[in-house]
This record gives sequence, C-alpha cells and structure tokens, in this order.
Amino acid sequence: MDKLNNIIEKVREHQRIDIDEGLALFRQADFLTLARLADQKRFHLHPDKMVTYVVDRNINYTNICASGCRFCAFFVPPNQGQGRGYIISKQDLFDKIQETIDLGGTQILLQGGMHPDLGIDYYVDLLGYIKENFDIHIHGFSPPEIDFIAKKSSLSISETLSILKKAGLDSIPGGGAEILCDDVRQKVSPNKCSSAEWLEVMRQAHGLGMRSSATMMFGHLEKEFHVFEHMDKIRTLQDETHGFTAFIPWTFQPDNTKISVKKKTGVEYLRILAMSRLFLDNIDNIQASWVTQGDKIAQTALFFGANDMGSTMIEENVVASAGVDFMLSKEELTRLITMAGFEPRQRDCYYHLL
Amino acid sequence: MKKLPPELDMSVSTFTDKRLKSIFLNVLNGSRLSREDGICIYETHDLIGLGQMANHVRRSLHGNKAFYIYNQHLNYTNICKNRCRFCAYARDRKEKGAYAWSIEEIEKRLLDRIDEPVKELHIVGGLNVDLKFEYFIDLLKTVKRVRPEATIKAFTSVEIDYLSNLAGLSLEETIQRLKDAGLEMMPGGGAEVLNSRIHKELFPKKIGHERWLEIVRAVHQAGIKTNATMLYGHIETIEERVDHLVTLRELQDETGGFSAFIPLAFHSENTQLSHIPPTTAMDDLKNVAAARLMLDNFDHIKAYWVMIGEKLAQVALSFGADDLDGTIIEERITHMAGAKSAIGLTKDQMVNMITKAGFVPVERDSFYHPIN
Repeated sequence: MDKLNNIIEKVREHQRIDIDEGLALFRQADFLTLARLADQKRFHLHPDKMVTYVVDRNINYTNICASGCRFCAFFVPPNQGQGRGYIISKQDLFDKIQETIDLGGTQILLQGGMHPDLGIDYYVDLLGYIKENFDIHIHGFSPPEIDFIAKKSSLSISETLSILKKAGLDSIPGGGAEILCDDVRQKVSPNKCSSAEWLEVMRQAHGLGMRSSATMMFGHLEKEFHVFEHMDKIRTLQDETHGFTAFIPWTFQPDNTKISVKKKTGVEYLRILAMSRLFLDNIDNIQASWVTQGDKIAQTALFFGANDMGSTMIEENVVASAGVDFMLSKEELTRLITMAGFEPRQRDCYYHLL
Repeated sequence: MKKLPPELDMSVSTFTDKRLKSIFLNVLNGSRLSREDGICIYETHDLIGLGQMANHVRRSLHGNKAFYIYNQHLNYTNICKNRCRFCAYARDRKEKGAYAWSIEEIEKRLLDRIDEPVKELHIVGGLNVDLKFEYFIDLLKTVKRVRPEATIKAFTSVEIDYLSNLAGLSLEETIQRLKDAGLEMMPGGGAEVLNSRIHKELFPKKIGHERWLEIVRAVHQAGIKTNATMLYGHIETIEERVDHLVTLRELQDETGGFSAFIPLAFHSENTQLSHIPPTTAMDDLKNVAAARLMLDNFDHIKAYWVMIGEKLAQVALSFGADDLDGTIIEERITHMAGAKSAIGLTKDQMVNMITKAGFVPVERDSFYHPIN
C-alpha cells in the first residue's frame, strides 16, 4: 500500500514512472483513483476545458494484403477472395475526397493492405494525383506499409519516406504497432514488420520533419507487462524525436478474426487509457476511441485522461469488418463533448485549432 | 467535524467542484441530502468526484459485491389504450404488429426455456381492453405451475390500477387476488417522472403521480416489495428529477417496501418524441450516482444495461450501482425504441463484466438472497 501511495505521489508530482511502477499502479489502484490521476495530468497539460476532434475520412486504397494478420477481418489474401479484393479507382478516390472536403474535412487517412503487386511508383502516383486535385492533408501509410513498400522497391526506409514525402505525404498514422513486442507480434502478425522496424520508420519520419501518431491495439494475446513495454518503447523514442502528436490505445475486436478471446470490457479499456495518460508523460494528446468503444465509453474517456475524440470518420471499414459498427456524425460528436462539460474544437492533424 | 481517513481525504482534496465537499461531508456524517444538494449533484461536471462519493456509499453498503439475476421477461401484450408519447412499444388493436399472448402461448414460452435456471419472471404488458381479469389470474397461476421455483415479479402500478377497475374490486382486494394467484413482487415501472406537468405532456391517459404513490403504498402494505424507477432524458428538468427522488425517499421512509431503484434512460426512436437525442454517458452515470446519494433508504441501485449499454453499465458499478439486473432473454420494449444493447446476456457474460470491473459477482434471487 505504501508502495502504491509512493507511485501515486510520484505521478502527482509529474515524475516519470518506470514499467514496474506503471504495472503496480495499473494492478492496484482503484478505478476512480486512476481516473482522477489521469484527469489531473490531462488538465495539467491542457488547462482549458476543451476537447478536440478532426474531420476526416478513412480511405483504404486496397484490401488485398499479403500480411495475413490473425486479428484482421478486413483483408483479402492476394489471388483469392473471388472478386472481393479491390484497388481503389481514381474516380472513387476523387469522389471520396471531394465529399470529405464538402463535409468540412481537412485530412484523409490513407491506408491499405500490403499488396504484392504495388511498388513505390503506385504510391507516388496516388499521392501526386491527390495533391494535384485537392488541397488536403494526407495522413497516410502506417509503418508496416512503409516497410513493405521499401522492401518491395529495394529502397531504404529513409529513401522511401523522402520519396513519399516529396510526392505529397504529410504525416504518418501510428497504426500497425499492435503491441511492440516481438514475442506477441510473432503470434498475431508474424508477417508484419518487427517492433524495431516499426520504431525505425517512425524515427526516420520524425527526422524528416514528419509528425506521426502512435497506437496500441491490446486485448489479444499480450500480457499486462507487454502493454507497458509497448508504451515504454514509444516514450523512449519520443524523448529522442518529439515527433509523436498523440497516443491512441484501442481494443482488439475479435469477431471474424482467427484469435478467439473475450472482448475487453469498457472498464478494462478505461484503465489502460488512464494508464497511457500517466505513463506517456511526453505525449501531449491522448485520443478516445469511439470506433471501438462506442459513444458512451468514449465520452466517459474524457474523464479518464483523453483530451481528443479522434475523427468523425466519414467512412471506416476495418473495424466495421470485425463486427463493430458505431457511427457518429460531427453533430453527435460535438454534442457528446458539450454534454460532458467541454468545449468541442475542430483541429488539424497537428492539433492546431481551426 | 470528524477527521477523514486518508483515502477519503485524498478524494475530497481532488474534487474539482468544491461544492461537492460539503455534500460528501453530509454523506459521511449520515445526514440526509437536501433538494439543493440533489440539484448540485446533477449540475456538477465533476463526474469523477461524484463517482467517488457514490462509490463510497455503495461500498459501505455492499462492499465488493455486484449482483445479477438469471431472469426472463414476458411482455404478454403490446396492445395498449394509453399510448404514451414516449413509448415505441404500444400498438392499437388493429395495428400491424399488435399481439396478445394466450395462456397457452405463455406456457409455451416458459417451456421453451425450462432447462435454463431462471430465478425470476418479469411480466409487464399494455392495457389491453380485450383481456379479462381472469386472464391475469390464469397468467399468474400458469407461470407458478410451470415455474414453481421462480419468483413472479409482475405488473406496474399502472396495470394494478387498470386491473382494479377491470375487476370492479378495491385496490386492496385486487392486490390480494393477484397475490393469491402467485404475484410475489412488483417492478417499478410506470412512474416515469412523478410530476403533473410531465404527466400532462407525455402520458395524460396514464395514472398520475398521486395514484401511482397510492398504489405502491397499498402494495407495500400488502407485504409485496416493489422496485422504483425514473424515466429520464426527455423533457424533465433537473429539479423535477430531484423532486422525484425525494418523493420516493419519503414513501420509502413510510413503507420500507422498495427494494431497488432503477434509473431508466429514455430512448426516443419510433416514439412521438423522436427529435430528442439519446442520453449520454454523463447523464446516465450521474443518474446512477444521484440515486445512490439521494436515496439513502434504498438498499439497491441498478444499472440497467438494456438501456445504457453493457459497457457503461459495467462502469456504473463504480458510480453507485450494485446490481446489473438480469440476463433478461428477449428484451422487447427498449429495443423497439432503438436500443443498441444485446437482446439478452449469458450468465458468463454477466460474470465477466462484473469480474473485469473489479467486483465479485453474486447471483441473486428476487429478494437479493445469494444463489449457491
């Protein structure tokens, strides 16, 4: 108990806690104590009673993927799927972006599968086409995609990123991190880049002046300490680069996947969310995940350390394939924020208020 | 003023709404909260502070336990002459989808699930002018015959009032006849908000609050326990919510007949009030916490997962709720109004929700005796 109180004191005084202390706090602290500590930390960093959100759209340029991750319900393996596989047409892409802009959107989240036939030229062309036609921020290609494109085109990570940046890529989403521990990755996504490779893509991107988010998908085959190892790796890289804008934890959605586990409950999500706010002392923004948690837990998350509601997501396909289909309009998202006693503010990818 | 133990002192020192401090001191001293305290509880944006206060009360009453019951709902008819504006369930006799189950159908529905360990039958329905008083007596007797070991929790005050008129019997005699036929407990529905303005606007054909209270009082005097509810999230004000709670608290002082209070989140889809947006988590958790803090003479506060969703009901266990209601099987009324929750939960899911929230699951019967 004394040990727990010491950790709580440390957190209160804004001192860094290590993995063991994080685990102890996570395991022993009362649910509402964690909430209060996270809430205090959140207001220490963001004194205004304001919650931000971004208006954007997920565009998945292809669902064909050679990775075959066991937790994924979205992908179609190459040369299979009886016509379910697709690569987005330019017309579709154009229409989706135009609609995003018409709805007040400021960015697109451009992600897709690791398509074995697509080399760097495809991506350069894709980015160029978007930038020629639209003035919109492109938040695109998570580290596993960058890593895949580099290998496919026999380029270094740094060359790949430079080429993509020049073609119009603005920032990198933090997806594909799952749990940055290779023993877990071996079990859930053996064909995806290693944790070191994931971190290296982010290091290089930050070095080129590109910002990125970081994510964590938990609730599959990881143990509690993996969660803290994951956050520790992110925190260490952030000390070095300061390139991460936000951290977004979300829960694995087991339906239609090859991993059979009980879905994480709302309380378990909120405990991890609060811990991420407390552990990641060098990341400004913590995002609530209404896509995986629904509107009610997302609103509750605003009292558990989150200061951002993420995106209105005009379109979302990946999580929806795993049986979760929460939709929120911009009006509903801002209503949730207002009802919780905060001022809703639209932001851009860099968390600048619009 | 007593000195607070360190963990409580820590909670109090972190309240972001300082008004909560004096309320909490009253709670700790065992002083009853006032109407003004109730209003403050609903107004505050310090959700965590509110949770800490309600959680303290909840834990001093029930420790780490969280209750649930293996139950089954039977909604015997949706034909209803009242047609309240907030209801998506009721139909007119000739309307598409209208139904009334015969006694044989009810028996069949019970037999369909006879292998399940159902401990309680929750039976409510519309005011259907085609059903005679004998139907209700038959209904109770049939349920008791088919499921002798399960408790019958049936009929809101609205139905009792209607049955008394239908039978041409006094309230007391009506209750006695139903009790003799097998009625053992009553749910708390039909109260909506105990307020004449809201009665007039939303459910003018249904009994008003004086009659509701009169009936509950008579039921309690007949030795039958009931629950109490409040339908929130429509046109009611904070003051009207608090007055509702205070009214229930006063009746409970008098009769001691209430078992649990259940805040019910209004669902507007398919109702005449469909322009009203759904309640948010803030509202749902506040109603649970407010109930726990204001209703100092109620043993139990339920987080009704059908209405607030499974995930938030789990969270509500730390905001004053000690009971997640039941597995239910086939919820109809709220789902007609657009509820996104499951139709039923398994015992396994119930136990998992409670355990993962850090509480000890206790399966109970209707009267909160643990089931071994």
